[in-house]
Amino acid sequence: MSLLDTHIGFVEALRAAGLSVSLAEGLDAISALEKVRWHDRETVRAAYAATLVKRHPQRTTFDAVFDIYYPRLIGSGVAGDGLEPAGGPQDTGPDLERFREALAEALAAGDQQALQDLAVEAVARFGAMPGRGPGLSSWSAYTSLQRVSPGELMDRLVQGLLGQGLDDEQAQRAAGRRIGDFTRLVEGDARRRIAEEKGPEHVAGVTVRPTIDRLDFTAARRSDLEEMRREIYPLARRLAARLTKEQHARRRGPLDVRRTVRASIATGGVPLTTHHRPKRPHRTDLVVLCDVSGSVANFAQFTLMLVFALREAFSGVRAFTFVDDVVEVSDSFRPGADVVEVMESLAGQISQAALWGRTNYGRALTRFAEEHPDAVGPRSSLLVLGDGRSNYSDLALPVLGDLAGRARHAWWLNPEHPRHWGTGDSAADRYGEVVSMVECRNLAQLGEFVHRIV
Amino acid sequence: MTTWFESPEAAAARLRETGYLTDDATALTAYLAGALEKPLLVEGPAGVGKTELAKAVARATGAELVRLQCYEGLDEARALYEWNYKKQLLRIQAAGGDQSWSETHDDIFTEEFLLTRPLLGAIRRDEPTVLLVDEVDKTDIEVEGLLLEVLSDFQVTIPELGTVTATRRPFVVLTSNASRELSEAVKRRCLFLHLDYPDAERERAIVTSQVPRLDDKVVAQLVDVVVRLRDLELKKAPSIAESVDWARTLVALQVGDLDEATVARTLGVVLKHSSDQQRAARELKLATR
Ligand SMILES: Nc1ncnc2c1ncn2[C@@H]1O[C@H](COP(=O)(O)OP(=O)(O)O)[C@@H](O)[C@H]1O
Ligand SMILES: [Mg+2]
Repeated sequence: MSLLDTHIGFVEALRAAGLSVSLAEGLDAISALEKVRWHDRETVRAAYAATLVKRHPQRTTFDAVFDIYYPRLIGSGVAGDGLEPAGGPQDTGPDLERFREALAEALAAGDQQALQDLAVEAVARFGAMPGRGPGLSSWSAYTSLQRVSPGELMDRLVQGLLGQGLDDEQAQRAAGRRIGDFTRLVEGDARRRIAEEKGPEHVAGVTVRPTIDRLDFTAARRSDLEEMRREIYPLARRLAARLTKEQHARRRGPLDVRRTVRASIATGGVPLTTHHRPKRPHRTDLVVLCDVSGSVANFAQFTLMLVFALREAFSGVRAFTFVDDVVEVSDSFRPGADVVEVMESLAGQISQAALWGRTNYGRALTRFAEEHPDAVGPRSSLLVLGDGRSNYSDLALPVLGDLAGRARHAWWLNPEHPRHWGTGDSAADRYGEVVSMVECRNLAQLGEFVHRIV
Repeated sequence: MTTWFESPEAAAARLRETGYLTDDATALTAYLAGALEKPLLVEGPAGVGKTELAKAVARATGAELVRLQCYEGLDEARALYEWNYKKQLLRIQAAGGDQSWSETHDDIFTEEFLLTRPLLGAIRRDEPTVLLVDEVDKTDIEVEGLLLEVLSDFQVTIPELGTVTATRRPFVVLTSNASRELSEAVKRRCLFLHLDYPDAERERAIVTSQVPRLDDKVVAQLVDVVVRLRDLELKKAPSIAESVDWARTLVALQVGDLDEATVARTLGVVLKHSSDQQRAARELKLATR
């Protein structure tokens, strides 16, 4: 491929991955590349990033696509001479042993270069999927990770880090992060090799994950969840800033004639500046009722985190969790509490609750209405969180209807795509007739919704 | 046309000479902003050197810094230009009935009554200029429209006076804490740089260059603690500015070893919220006072 073809393919792949690269920006990238020297790949990356990536959360996606179109090496590279698996990817016991030994050392030392080389080797040796002809062979990160299983090195790595003076929790965290990083290196290298074999356009579309704020809660993996959790606080901060600003703008009330006239005397009776009466802000009580069963636990947790981070925007927040019984968790939301602690305690309660069986919405709604008759009143906004999958039990539609009728507003946030509503045991369509059902599959939608209701 | 920096390497070197230590991506992007004459939008958390970058570019290139500090409610009259109404009124009143309106009009819409604000000021200057539009995310969306107009053609039309076109394009830096998304249109116009906390090595270099009297060993200990603090999801994570403040404090206290007791005693310099301090003390397992 010529350089220009690569460029065009690259920009198209970025668009396909959700970055809105305009024509002008594509041209900017070319002018930028004309101004730099090409021998350093990181320079090329930075020039592209400066001209094409205008939202930081998209950076991960950008890097993944860049690595496919501008690979760091071809084949197994110089360091990997003689790495190709002889006679197929059959288990070669001693090789695997030696490899894992090297990996353990590199992980303990945090040696980035060595880890990168080992990732290449892991894919070359343990991830090859020979095909029946040219262009049919492939590379699997999954297979190589299964065989190398870096997760089993966890304990050993933690022990090593403890010896370096970290305490237990820090060592756990650091070890988890290093192993996660190595996993990503292997995945990246498998993508690179598949792209080499089948062409980059083949890979970019399938294997590159959407940006974290557009990733479905229900599709998130462990490492994604960690990344999402880190996004919540900045998201809350952005929302809070936006809210204060909008409240200020709205606060400009009707014209204060007397003050305006008085001020105009300084300018010969010409009213150059107007004065306004302050407007009374009104605030809502928020009541959150949330399904925390296994299928939606992550979604519930993120929503609660966001609500908690924004609690000052409401005059009161009460939160209840349920699987089939209802538990009030408002206490965790006490003012001045530390967000991390609250979330840890909530997560604890949630994981406990989630152990018991499956959601029974009808029962939970009925119990809620019975046990907390005062919770929902004319000043409250009711927010139900859940997928509405009720395991075919009674739905208690009239109870929900009554609750919704008493509240000023009522919404139901559903982490599933609308095309699944009402399929299988989902009662989302039926509940949707009683309260308005809102699709909320990712952080971006969650942020939009929360902003709308405050 | 001004040559701001000859190459990315030159940008890094000259910024370093003025005390600003960049990583490769920052040096490259600063170079590109000059070479392509495109505004540079720098985004990132507070205290990572966004504002300082603009100042450093000015110092490194001998340009003058013109700064537009954004705030909620900033408007065209404060950002671009404004007629001096009070003075105009006085002139009209002084003229009494002796002048026709058109004469008066020609009189009062002249340079003498024009109050130049930073955006217009930067465009009119003949000398090399760095225009810093600081904390754009604090303004209202209308100001972005204004910026877009000015940054597209580097010209401003004043109906009563005509069009002012930049004879020499300023080097424009916009900064944002990302408290809200800026409009797509503004972003398209700009090169984008996300500044984050530096890696430990660069942070040590920054601290050492700003507080040369602090012992290397203590600098390393300090940066170690700061890096760990940033991992804690605090309300306000310590930035470079706090590292530097802390280093100054330690010099003043003549600390030769940053042990746990000293960390506990001086944590207030680094963390401003008391809940953050408590959390940090707990996580770092410090004996609290
Ligand atoms: N790259 C750097 N080199 C040297 N000093 C820096 C650097 N980045 C930040 N600083 C220091 O940190 C302080 C805060 O930076 P500032 O530009 O005000 O942060 P921001 O505008 O991002 O909030 C500066 O005054 C400077 O002392
Ligand atoms: Mg600043």
